[in-house]
Amino acid sequence: MLDLSLLVQYGPALLRGFGVTILCWGAGCLIGMVLGFALMLLRQLPVKPLRWVIRAYIEVIRGTPFLIQLFLLYSGGPSIGLRLEATTAGILGLGIYGSAYFAEIFRAGYQAVPKGQVEAALSLGMSYGSILRRVIVPAMLVSTIPAIVNMMAILTKETVVLSIITVPELMYEMQTMAAETFATFETILGMALFYWLLVEVVSRLGRRLEARVTRFLTHASPQGSSSETATARA
Amino acid sequence: MTAVSQTVPLSRTSVQGDTVPMVSIRGVGKSFGTNEVLRDIDLTVNKSEVVCLIGPSGSGKSTLLRCINFLEVYDRGEIRIEGRLVGYSEDTPRRRLSNRDLRSLRRNVGMVFQQFNLWPHMTALENVAEALVQVRGMDKAAATSHARRMLDRVGLAAKADSYPARLSGGQQQRVAIARVIAMEPHLMLFDEPTSALDPELVGEVLQVMRDLAADGMTMVVVTHEMGFAANVADKVAFLDRGRIAAFGTPREVFHESTEPRVQQFLQTYHERNSF
Repeated sequence: MLDLSLLVQYGPALLRGFGVTILCWGAGCLIGMVLGFALMLLRQLPVKPLRWVIRAYIEVIRGTPFLIQLFLLYSGGPSIGLRLEATTAGILGLGIYGSAYFAEIFRAGYQAVPKGQVEAALSLGMSYGSILRRVIVPAMLVSTIPAIVNMMAILTKETVVLSIITVPELMYEMQTMAAETFATFETILGMALFYWLLVEVVSRLGRRLEARVTRFLTHASPQGSSSETATARA
Repeated sequence: MTAVSQTVPLSRTSVQGDTVPMVSIRGVGKSFGTNEVLRDIDLTVNKSEVVCLIGPSGSGKSTLLRCINFLEVYDRGEIRIEGRLVGYSEDTPRRRLSNRDLRSLRRNVGMVFQQFNLWPHMTALENVAEALVQVRGMDKAAATSHARRMLDRVGLAAKADSYPARLSGGQQQRVAIARVIAMEPHLMLFDEPTSALDPELVGEVLQVMRDLAADGMTMVVVTHEMGFAANVADKVAFLDRGRIAAFGTPREVFHESTEPRVQQFLQTYHERNSF
């Protein structure tokens, strides 16, 4: 029989796990975006070797499973003197994993900025820093928000992998619950609910954000959102 | 001075005295791969002059204009603005200027584009105030009030808080002009400023340009508006396949030129505009 009271009994532990999941996800996304943006900018420099290195990095990260990357970081790290606590390794791993995808999203967004808007700024004597901050990034936001939100939703679900390196997040707590009660179905059901809730909140906030950054486009030309730029997972 | 008065001027603007021309283009050439888009261009624009560049599409007019503020790199010859070499270092031949030097040069050269190129996420007022803050270092309040005066000057004070998407093409172009004149440039470049406009909106933009010319602004205008060129320009340069095929006052180019390509171009223009 379905015994949902188990979810109540394990409630505190599950909520704690959920908290850790959100923390890892949030911090991972942040690191991924900052790193991804930096990679995208470095890729614009006219230095060929640098471009190759960044491209190779992106290809490797996108071409290998997150699980393996995480093992390499957490279990392989110590052999090169990198000893990380599980949660730290989890956050860093998510950040690195996300950075490759975010770099691609940002690259598409950067390329989609209308050249004329940048030329207008150049012709007024604006510096590259000013142009980036005041013209390019706001224009990129418009075209990349759907893809960014999409990637963030994907990353919520990648957090389950962290349980394997013993990060006490939701999946880990759920497995504990399942092991102690043999209530497999309840566990899986509860877990699905939690992740669905998280993804739902993320996409709702994403839609709001999108409306916010595109509000100036009301009655506008075909410049709007392009969810096609969303980079599918390899 | 006596030396000048003794020579017979060929045309009124060839008397320069000791002033440096606003723009001096000498032997400029540019190629895209094997395609030579500009060949051996010579052109002088004096202070307060309006020079129109006309000619068939693909003749190099826009490319030449974009070389003047180095949005386009020229390969041969030299361009000087108020005596300063554009894009390259004076001491080392063909060595590019640093970004900082290029910016200081561009501060005095405004450009108006065919596609307006307003920043869509900023209101009209913010578009005009932006470079005042970022480039001229004005504080926000001063920049805003200056920007408001500039919008007033192009007749758009009432649209200050509108986003570009809410403005007509003609209004957007006038905001773009306000954005440039706010910087108090010594020279303004216009790249087909009315070509993207509906016919009924062309007049308002040309009127603003006429006012600027009357105020003594030095202007180089790439245009297909022959009426504007004939009535407002001091000089007209007709470009064809990367060369200046005819140059002179509007009268000299439009009515007295015997150059067959000019004749042909004007005939096509007249045919297209009669119905």
